[in-house]
Amino acid sequence: MLAFTVHSGLVAPMDRANVDTDMIVPKQFLKSIKRTGFGPNLFDEMRYLDEGQPGVDCSGRPLNPDFPLNFERYQGASVLLARENFGCGSSREHAPWALVDYGFRCVIAPSFAEIFNGNSFKNGLLPIPLDSDIVDRLFAAMYETPGYALTIDLERQVVIEPNGEEISFEVDAFRRDCLLKGLDDIGITLQSADAIRQFESGYQKTYPWLFHRLEV
Amino acid sequence: MGKTLYDKLWDNHLVEQREDGTALIYIDRHLLHEVTSPQAFEGLRLAGRAPWRISANIAVPDHNVSTDRTERLAGVQALKDEVSRIQLTTLDDNCAAFDIPEIPLDDLRQGIVHVMGPEQGATLPGMTIVCGDSHTSTHGALGALAHGIGTSEVEHVLATQCLIGRKMKNFRIEVRGPLGLGVTAKDVALAIIGKIGTAGGTGFAIEFAGDAIRGLTMEGRMSLCNMAIEAGARSGLIAVDETTLEYVEGKPYSPKGDEWEAAKAFWSTLHSDDDAVFERELVLEAADIKPQVTWGTSPEMVVDIGGRVPLMSEMATDTARSGLKRALDYMGLEEGQRIEDIEPNVVFIGSCTNSRIEDIRAAAKVARGRKVAGGIKQALVVPGSGLVKQQAEAEGLDKILLEAGFEWREPGCSMCLAMNADKLSPGDRCASTSNRNFEGRQGFGGRTHLVSPAMAAAAAVTGRFVDVRTLEEMS
Repeated sequence: MLAFTVHSGLVAPMDRANVDTDMIVPKQFLKSIKRTGFGPNLFDEMRYLDEGQPGVDCSGRPLNPDFPLNFERYQGASVLLARENFGCGSSREHAPWALVDYGFRCVIAPSFAEIFNGNSFKNGLLPIPLDSDIVDRLFAAMYETPGYALTIDLERQVVIEPNGEEISFEVDAFRRDCLLKGLDDIGITLQSADAIRQFESGYQKTYPWLFHRLEV
Repeated sequence: MGKTLYDKLWDNHLVEQREDGTALIYIDRHLLHEVTSPQAFEGLRLAGRAPWRISANIAVPDHNVSTDRTERLAGVQALKDEVSRIQLTTLDDNCAAFDIPEIPLDDLRQGIVHVMGPEQGATLPGMTIVCGDSHTSTHGALGALAHGIGTSEVEHVLATQCLIGRKMKNFRIEVRGPLGLGVTAKDVALAIIGKIGTAGGTGFAIEFAGDAIRGLTMEGRMSLCNMAIEAGARSGLIAVDETTLEYVEGKPYSPKGDEWEAAKAFWSTLHSDDDAVFERELVLEAADIKPQVTWGTSPEMVVDIGGRVPLMSEMATDTARSGLKRALDYMGLEEGQRIEDIEPNVVFIGSCTNSRIEDIRAAAKVARGRKVAGGIKQALVVPGSGLVKQQAEAEGLDKILLEAGFEWREPGCSMCLAMNADKLSPGDRCASTSNRNFEGRQGFGGRTHLVSPAMAAAAAVTGRFVDVRTLEEMS
């Protein structure tokens, strides 16, 4: 997995609450059997004026001139500033895949939906929850300042503003550790393989009906 | 101190508690479908890993499948949408390669994974159940700990039979007193979401309790737990009782003989203790709950059928005002508009929320002797599984619906998320029994109003949203 230590990047807005994963990547792109290539279809329905189809080259599609990610000033953004309950709805991991494929490494919002939050960490995308007052202030500063960039230091758990001021944030200790080292969960869990086997053998004796193969 | 139902299920599956607060939780049942599994199988392949325990898994295609009878009878290879066909055949290939049992597309038992699971007894009380689909919360209706996972976790469960997690908090929602006639589990779910919001349950496992919940059938309980995720909670739960045991007994994969007796004894302990402590509690009076209709682009944007779309002046914050404006623009509605003046042109009855036999019966009861209104260009009924379809046909429900002008389709997820050909066109307005009214959810530019099956059928036959309780047969 992509490690995350310190990242500095241009900030772009997604200035609405309850951004759902259908919005982040619409269903027709979920037909892909790959993990990559979702970036051009990130926020597809808002970003383009026509209806997107899988397998179609997006470079010739009409862009929505009112959608911030299409503004010149936000090109190359890697930090997304968002509102409450970001990533709600469907469990599709295609949502963080699309954000990462587009170039985002971090989403800052007052709150995140749980499944999206977990999926993000597994793909090197750092969700940072900050108080809504602070998020309001960052939105205002970003709108006022062309080229507004933030630095995120995961080791120290701080967001550093352009004036050097630091905002500390909370992050799950285990997830932080995995991100810093770029570790994937399966390798970590398999270190406990003996514990799993031991649990399983006792468990099977008590609940044998759970262990029959489901013959179709 | 007593334990909640969630505490009991958690403790029973705890493999390892770690110092950093995370835990390794054992997974009993893993359900797979074609959309969120291909990358997980690919991951196993790349790492040279095999599934930890084959007997935990069962797969079924549902999201992408055609609901058109002719196309279905022709088999997977004849599916017109090539990208969907590749995804469906990839599931077949992966299940064959990794020896995972799969209910194939042309099997009578095929259906929406969250309908098939309980129907087959593949999901049982006391289990931990996961699936790469957020509506896995459905299975909590059986007194199981069930939640949706992403594709990385699908791979993790396949490889290790465990998930890394943190314990959630307990939230008890009690619904007191009997539900009124014409008020369903769907209305209870929407009323709760209207009250606590789509993030109201974030971080919690919600246990639904109270006599209104006890009085629900298993189908109704599944509809309710299904929508827990729309309240932000990954898991919804309902304690095991006689209704649960009666439902589970005799299902194809349910335990038999001595195992049934042992299972029943264990399952009977699956309820919260009297002195259990919940971090959060909410009480609703069932008598206050009326048929619900969503008007906006989030399930929390919901009112009683007799209500109105909110006014801009009622919004407290700038984000709320801009959210309302955006929702009204998208939905093509005016602030303060009466719900009963809204006229859908499409009706969809189906989805993992409302495609079980009781849902089809409720729709047919309203449709009997009536006709789909002239303004409705399409009224789809998509049963949740081949077995639901068969049962409905045995009861003659298909005939009633067809005579009224509904289409009677083959099972699948269909227009709930519109990954197949069943979708709204831009500007269409749909009365839908599904679970999400997000922008574009049912098709690019499509507008969704979430309702119960009876309310959807009532909208179909009257051409507008109407209080189903005022229709003759219901009173």
